Amino acid sequence: MATVDTLRFTTAGSVDDGKSTLIGRLLYDTKSILEDQLLSIENTTAKRGGHVGKLGVDLSLLTDGLTAEREQGITIDVAYRYFATQKRRFIIADTPGHEQYTRNMVTGASTADLSLILVDAGKGLQTQSRRHAIIASLLGIPHVVVVVNKMDLTDYSQEVFNKIREEFIAFARTLDFAEIDFIPVSALEGDMVVDRGNQLDWYQGPTLLELLETTQAAKNAAGDFRFPVQLVAKAKLGTNDNSRAEYRGYMGRIESGRVSVGDRIAVLPSGLAARVRDIVTLDGSLATAAAPQSVTLLLDTQIDISRGDMFAHAGALPTVTRQITANLSWMSAQPLELSRRYLIKHTTQTVRVLLEGIDFRLNVNSLARETGITTFKLNDIGRVRLKTLRPLMVDSYRANRATGCFILIDEVTHQTVAAGMILGDNADGACPAA
Amino acid sequence: YETFGAAPNDLPANDHLDWLESEAIHIMREVVAETLNPALLFSGGKDSIVMLRLAEKAFRPDRFPFPLLHIDTGHNFPEVIAFRDRRAAELGEKLIVRSVQASIDAGRVVLRRPDESRNVYQTATLLDAIREFEFDALFGGARRDEEKARAKERILSHRDEFGQWDPKNQRPELWDLYNARLHKGEHFRAFPISNWTEFDVWQYIAREKLAVPGIYFAHDRLVVVRNGLLAPITDITPPRAGETAVTRTVRFRTVGDITCTCPVLSDAATVEEILVETAITRITERGATRMDDQTSDASMELRKKEGYF
Ligand SMILES: Nc1nc2c(ncn2[C@@H]2O[C@H](COP(=O)(O)OP(=O)(O)O)[C@@H](O)[C@H]2O)c(=O)[nH]1
Repeated sequence: MATVDTLRFTTAGSVDDGKSTLIGRLLYDTKSILEDQLLSIENTTAKRGGHVGKLGVDLSLLTDGLTAEREQGITIDVAYRYFATQKRRFIIADTPGHEQYTRNMVTGASTADLSLILVDAGKGLQTQSRRHAIIASLLGIPHVVVVVNKMDLTDYSQEVFNKIREEFIAFARTLDFAEIDFIPVSALEGDMVVDRGNQLDWYQGPTLLELLETTQAAKNAAGDFRFPVQLVAKAKLGTNDNSRAEYRGYMGRIESGRVSVGDRIAVLPSGLAARVRDIVTLDGSLATAAAPQSVTLLLDTQIDISRGDMFAHAGALPTVTRQITANLSWMSAQPLELSRRYLIKHTTQTVRVLLEGIDFRLNVNSLARETGITTFKLNDIGRVRLKTLRPLMVDSYRANRATGCFILIDEVTHQTVAAGMILGDNADGACPAA
Repeated sequence: YETFGAAPNDLPANDHLDWLESEAIHIMREVVAETLNPALLFSGGKDSIVMLRLAEKAFRPDRFPFPLLHIDTGHNFPEVIAFRDRRAAELGEKLIVRSVQASIDAGRVVLRRPDESRNVYQTATLLDAIREFEFDALFGGARRDEEKARAKERILSHRDEFGQWDPKNQRPELWDLYNARLHKGEHFRAFPISNWTEFDVWQYIAREKLAVPGIYFAHDRLVVVRNGLLAPITDITPPRAGETAVTRTVRFRTVGDITCTCPVLSDAATVEEILVETAITRITERGATRMDDQTSDASMELRKKEGYF
């Protein structure tokens, strides 16, 4: 069986930039559309009319979602789409572009390796495009691809493309991307999406699909070893050396790094030391395991360990702390109240948290830091200081997404009200406004 | 296939099945840790067979920290029901069956026609079972690639006291942090294989050498052609006036209620042959096999809002 990996990416654009058409085009030209789906959108195109290009069907209908959305003619929530080529598997988090749904964009970006930012060639960079870039940066997406769409409406003009490109580069200097690419396309006609077409010969770079197939996906196996304990096994496990001793199994997923039998680890927050005795899976014991494997670990000493504890290598510990500074994205229609009771869920711990203060709100259009703020409303983003009831084992979000992220839950309504990204000691890491 | 980490300093094989499997195990463990009384929906179909394997991966050598639950329409294929019982027994896990027939007998479900598909009526029986056992989380084997409404479903999906799904008001789901807080009477549906496709499921069945009911493989069966689909002819579903039954070599891609599940023409007799067929197939799983989804473009969404799987 061929080995393929998975690339997760988001798509963002203002309404009508052609995001649905672009996704439809990607799916269609990679032959990911099946006959009955095509038949269904052909019927709908015939019924409703719509923009069809040479192909004769409205590809944007492929990603047309729930009835409520169709009534309003907009996408209201994150939808996930799947397709594969010979080289790779793709998961698209398709998030809507209009302003009031920033929270969905944050949601889609949280698991993405790459973000596609759509710009309408005729309209140029919009406030929305900047906002999307800022959110991608804040959520730690290393790679953005600016897709300049509707090139057919500007005579496939290289000048138009270059102008957008230069403008974006100037703006993105303040942001935190490892890589930015620019591709001119016509989603409607299919140029430079999967096929090169014959209108954009001045462009020498890869097609959108080539780029998606070759870009690096997240590799958590490289970082420091982090193992949040999810559950403690009920059965005591013997080991394969026939000894009589029985050991507790600690179930969890390796969030980053790797671990081997014999490694010295620290159990946090207590800091007690132990050695890894065995790495158990249904398929047998392993000598070494790495992120993102889910395993059961046995230790050589009896320590009181429960859900929420974390294992790490003695030489490379996370910070054990009750004080956190973080970038926060507010996701609830109910505004933040500093005096209200919230819970923080971080790795496998859920504990009560106090919001000690708001440092500033980020103006996501101008990047200005607005101070003197006492609340966040839906879609606000800014920096806060938190104090937790019990210590958390954290890394900065920039260093480690899994141990640097958290959500806030309202203790009364049980809603997820915010997403947070922990900042490092110098407090500026993941904030694009730094 | 090799298991991970054979050589100490090598990165594990970057196989997407390993990634999907680990994600599913993580989800199962999170839900078990954070809810009081979960159950796993097991129908004997391929997706739920994969779910049982994942539960073994997540929890063995412990017993599963939940019972298995099947909502039986009374119109299931007998070989699938036999498979269901055998598999539960092999695993030594508790299987709870609640039947739509009992709901009909108790007057909780009223059919419009005796031969009507019982598929939608499963919802009432399912919600009754949730109330009876006070389940606060149900693991389901639904996948986002199956259908439009599913594509928007959260991995941990909230249901109100009436079992309803409110697609416009879902909790945002970020990273792998699942918010499992509930008020009394509410529950979750948890979908650990959300990110799997039909092809992934068959690849995993092949890799893990999982047994599946025989009707997934090519066999001769009496069918009639109805609305472009092959409708199986059984005691419960005789030919309608003017229809003639013919024998065709077919297999099922999904194994739901007999009255609304259709086989497809196929010669695939092994899992490997199914994989080849799935790779080149030109019709979606539901489009080829489900009469209930053809009723209208939004029928899955409507059923889900009311509490369907
Ligand atoms: N001329 C032209 N029109 C396009 C292109 N891509 C999309 N459109 C049209 O722009 C409109 C909005 O597209 P849609 O995909 O629905 O945008 P969304 O709101 O971003 O999802 C539709 O009428 C599309 O047919 C393109 O490359 N060229």
